[in-house]
Amino acid sequence: MKVSVVKNILEANERIAQQNRALFDEKGLTVMNLMSSPGAGKTILLEKTIDALKDQLRVGVIEGDIQSSQDAERIASKGIPVVQINTGGACHLDGNMIRDTFGEFDFDSLDLLVVENVGNLVCPAEFKVGEDFKAMILSVTEGDDKPSKYPLMFHESSVLLINKIDLLPYVDCSVEKIKEESLKINPQITIFEISCKTGEGLDKWFKWLKQFVEHRKASFSGNA
Amino acid sequence: MHEMSIAQSLLDIIKEEMAKNDAKVLRTVRLHIGQLTAIVPESLSFCFEVMTAGTELEGAKLIMEIIPLVGHCQSCDRDFQIENYAFACPYCQSTDIKTVSGEELSIVEMEVE
Repeated sequence: MKVSVVKNILEANERIAQQNRALFDEKGLTVMNLMSSPGAGKTILLEKTIDALKDQLRVGVIEGDIQSSQDAERIASKGIPVVQINTGGACHLDGNMIRDTFGEFDFDSLDLLVVENVGNLVCPAEFKVGEDFKAMILSVTEGDDKPSKYPLMFHESSVLLINKIDLLPYVDCSVEKIKEESLKINPQITIFEISCKTGEGLDKWFKWLKQFVEHRKASFSGNA
Repeated sequence: MHEMSIAQSLLDIIKEEMAKNDAKVLRTVRLHIGQLTAIVPESLSFCFEVMTAGTELEGAKLIMEIIPLVGHCQSCDRDFQIENYAFACPYCQSTDIKTVSGEELSIVEMEVE
């Protein structure tokens, strides 16, 4: 007997992500899902962003790692509420893992929640967590062929931060090629060229993020 | 290797549907896998096999059809196949593209007894 089903396999996760999103909407909270390969600079970008914006935005962080709480400790030392998720082998965070952290946060006293995903350029792109937008980092040491090799990640991200541009003299990587290929896959993607080491280009990112959070809050108050 | 999580979600749906249809044996499961998804079919088959081994679903086969990426141009109103992940209209070069297919990850049919 043949049974017609027609169901999204990830439906269960997407339902939870939507419920998460509904709660974030109710609180007027901006949620950013930050993704990259291991070592591209997610945690340092977060540290720099928190340092720059902590007087203007109330930030909370969910740290996703397979093991260890080193990243959460780095963020906690800044006096920011942070929860570490250890996936114990899983290569991505999903909606359910994010929901499990809700008891740890007071969302009424936050403007921005950053979900730092597990370092991986493939799997996290497939699982929604209830975010407003996905941001990804590609560091120039990884090479300019990554957009065409990992198209889903570039297609799903609203923001691309090209990090470690201070190392460009030492690596064979063309920022122009990264930009061109990324825009081909995702014509709407917003690109920043940055160095978390020297601070180059970060001001534009801080400004963009702050504006995004403010617009989000304003549109929420407008609807209320 | 997120195929394991996907195989688990797939199994949950299969079990639910089998219970609904009062089915005891699972022969095949037909899936549509969009070209843009980051799924490796062999890996998903392997995970499914591992997870069903020793259970009443053992021996069931996944039949996977890869669905090509098709875009619809919002400017000139034409459909086209997206080649090399280039989200631009080959007719009018507009980048205002809606994805028609190629993003799906769905179960479409099961053969049960």
